[in-house]
Amino acid sequence: MFRILKKTFDTGLVTIDYPDAPPRLSENFRGAPRFHLANWHDARPAAEACPTGALSIRDYGGIREVTMDYGLCIFCGECGAADQSGAVQMTREFELAVRDKANLVLTAQYDVSFDGTQQHLRQLHRGLQPVEQDTAALELKVHQAIHQTLGRSLAIREVDAGSCNGCEVEIVALNNPVYDLERLGIHFVASPRHADMLLVTGPVTRNMELALLKTYRATPEPKVVVAVGACGISGGIFGRNYATVGAVDQVVPVDVFIPGCPPRPHALLHGILLALGRIAEKQLPL
Amino acid sequence: MMDNRPRRLDEILSACGSALSRKLTSSAAEIYVDLPAANAPAASAYLRSAGCRHVAVFAEDRVAEDSHDYIYYVFEHPDDCRYLVLRAAIDLDDTAFPSMAAEVPALNWQEREIQDWFGLEALGHPNPRRVALHDNWPDVHPLRKDFSIDTVLPPFEGEQHVYRPTLGEGVFQIPVGPVHAGIIEPGHFSFAVAGEPILYLQLRMFYVHKGIEKRFEQLTADRAVFLAESVSGDSSFSHGTAFCQALERIGGVEVPEPAHRMRTILLELERIYNHVADIGAIVTDVGFVIANAHASRLREEILRINEELTGSRLLRSVVCPGGVRRPWDRDHVSNTLAALTPFEREFNELVDMIQSSDSTRDRLERTGILNPDQARDLGIIGVAGRASGHDRDVRRDHPYAAYDSLEIQVPVYQEGDVLRRMQVRIDEVRESLQLIRAAESGLASGPHRVSMPPLPADQYALGSVEGWRGEILYWVRTAANNRIARCRVKDPSLNNWPAVVEAVQGNIVPDFPVINKSFSLSYSGTDR
Ligand code: SF4
Repeated sequence: MFRILKKTFDTGLVTIDYPDAPPRLSENFRGAPRFHLANWHDARPAAEACPTGALSIRDYGGIREVTMDYGLCIFCGECGAADQSGAVQMTREFELAVRDKANLVLTAQYDVSFDGTQQHLRQLHRGLQPVEQDTAALELKVHQAIHQTLGRSLAIREVDAGSCNGCEVEIVALNNPVYDLERLGIHFVASPRHADMLLVTGPVTRNMELALLKTYRATPEPKVVVAVGACGISGGIFGRNYATVGAVDQVVPVDVFIPGCPPRPHALLHGILLALGRIAEKQLPL
Repeated sequence: MMDNRPRRLDEILSACGSALSRKLTSSAAEIYVDLPAANAPAASAYLRSAGCRHVAVFAEDRVAEDSHDYIYYVFEHPDDCRYLVLRAAIDLDDTAFPSMAAEVPALNWQEREIQDWFGLEALGHPNPRRVALHDNWPDVHPLRKDFSIDTVLPPFEGEQHVYRPTLGEGVFQIPVGPVHAGIIEPGHFSFAVAGEPILYLQLRMFYVHKGIEKRFEQLTADRAVFLAESVSGDSSFSHGTAFCQALERIGGVEVPEPAHRMRTILLELERIYNHVADIGAIVTDVGFVIANAHASRLREEILRINEELTGSRLLRSVVCPGGVRRPWDRDHVSNTLAALTPFEREFNELVDMIQSSDSTRDRLERTGILNPDQARDLGIIGVAGRASGHDRDVRRDHPYAAYDSLEIQVPVYQEGDVLRRMQVRIDEVRESLQLIRAAESGLASGPHRVSMPPLPADQYALGSVEGWRGEILYWVRTAANNRIARCRVKDPSLNNWPAVVEAVQGNIVPDFPVINKSFSLSYSGTDR
């Protein structure tokens, strides 16, 4: 007993302050890729290298449309390695959670010259909005009802709807003394009947579709649903196929989407707090 | 290096005369032999009597190429670092293959998978029900080439699986899952209990089946690496490496020595972070929560090291065919790995803390016993196999990465209880720390990868890795244009679920979580 107490004192405090203080991240951490869209002359090598199709190009009638879907991205860094021009950089950005999945998608249209390179950027969209116009959309949009009811104390039921268990590794980490979710009044519960939030991972397999739906129905109102990881948002590398539905929002309504493969614990925390209206949504890096 | 290793399989094959003499190909790592399907059971019996283990069975649809389906039987022998693969062709007008599940229970699920995926019947299987496709699925066989991956199947309605009835006075059934109470993966357990003791357990897996083996067939080899990394997220690096090894064998590519050592270090870091987490989870399930607080903090430390070395906490997007994706700076690596010294001290303190708790030992010792005979019959491998007297470890027996130049101690216990499964993990964490130091000290400068030539079409090879759970096996056949024609993935979990069923019998329901945790199997790895 004495030994255990001594060990506790020797260990001291290990818990981080995120989100009150910025996280200490390794220099080498690979977060979201960032694209210098205005000066990008050839998206082809990067798109060719992308294993998930998160970065893709479509040429038609002298125009090239470059699409980047952060909801499908696994932060592998292959686009950055393939692009020699410096227009693609891997950043350490991880606070990517959004309420509207469409906002994870950037679309840029270019004129294409005879040698297949891009000439000038004609249009840039984030989701459905042209980018110039939506600077005002940044402000914190709080779901008042959710914030008042659930903002201070929250019970989460985790549902694995077909993940590879990578997301579970990071979700479990939220309970460790370093992230210590409970310091924020948030804890995991064993039953959906005790839960305010469902944290759902995986591309939703056909075999889990009904279980997810039943879990959702068993959760009392008001409730929020957070879709975790590339698979939960878009099917990820598995995609939609005979055995998967292809996204959580195909089965239950989703309030917040957290990109990543898997999202690191800070990113999970960021998305959960966003769903509660306790922090603001950030815009995609441009 | 491999040349002075024993080559028992040659003797065994030549001793059996003409029956197994049609050797197809042989390489440093694999021997392939063709035989008629009808002879497979006798050949398997012979090989087993000669000391071989029947590792795996899987199938392939080659109807479009040569009007046959093929069944592959994989064997290994303790005195040979190669795998022996028997291949049996199934004619078009034949839709069955002989089952061996009655003699080799380890093949039970794998043969039923062949039935489900390919529509070939396992003749004489003692329990030929569906295993991978749930009963409410229509009559489809997804790994047949004429089944399109985007086939939209009609809505599934309700559960139709009939569990073995629970009969008798005072005997109850406890259904659990697929959504469990903790943060774990989905599966369904049906317990038959008489009071507290468990009479028997029935499992229903494949809730997280996501068509991975089919998906491989749509991808180029380069992209498919990322899919292999997503078979079981806690084993990303091991799965990715096993897949890359198969591709490297097909491409005839020699991975540079520094890359071998980098892979070795990362494979061992993956083992450590998972073993430490499991040790913490096992003692949590018997109420020693503070030990888990330390264990989960230690796991976090390894994940930090992972990220420092590779940019990814779970070692994603690191391994690639031909080596690893990014070079290492020698000083940065030593500085980062220096953190393993305080880690080791703290790990030892954690182990002392756990081992000095009599009540913890009392709950773990003689709980969930899998005796060595059961383990051998069921072909149990990895941590659980070694805790039950089964002395196998792919790192030593089929060396890859830098393991053939490293000395590896393999811990083996006979008791087969939860305590020993935890002890194997404790021993292995210590061994991993030694291996990392040894691999690091020999880390010379040099290339971290070689570029892969385009892969020749229609070639095949195995890749195997001792993941932290046990033997991970990939079998890959290439198609034209650098694509994958077939990829069989065998995670050790698929192999070891029957051990859980055996080990819980006669134990009390409250001990189920700790017994299950002591096996710590991957549902995603099982279901793919
Ligand atoms: S980092 Fe994202 S966009 Fe870039 S190649 Fe990887 S998956 Fe594609």
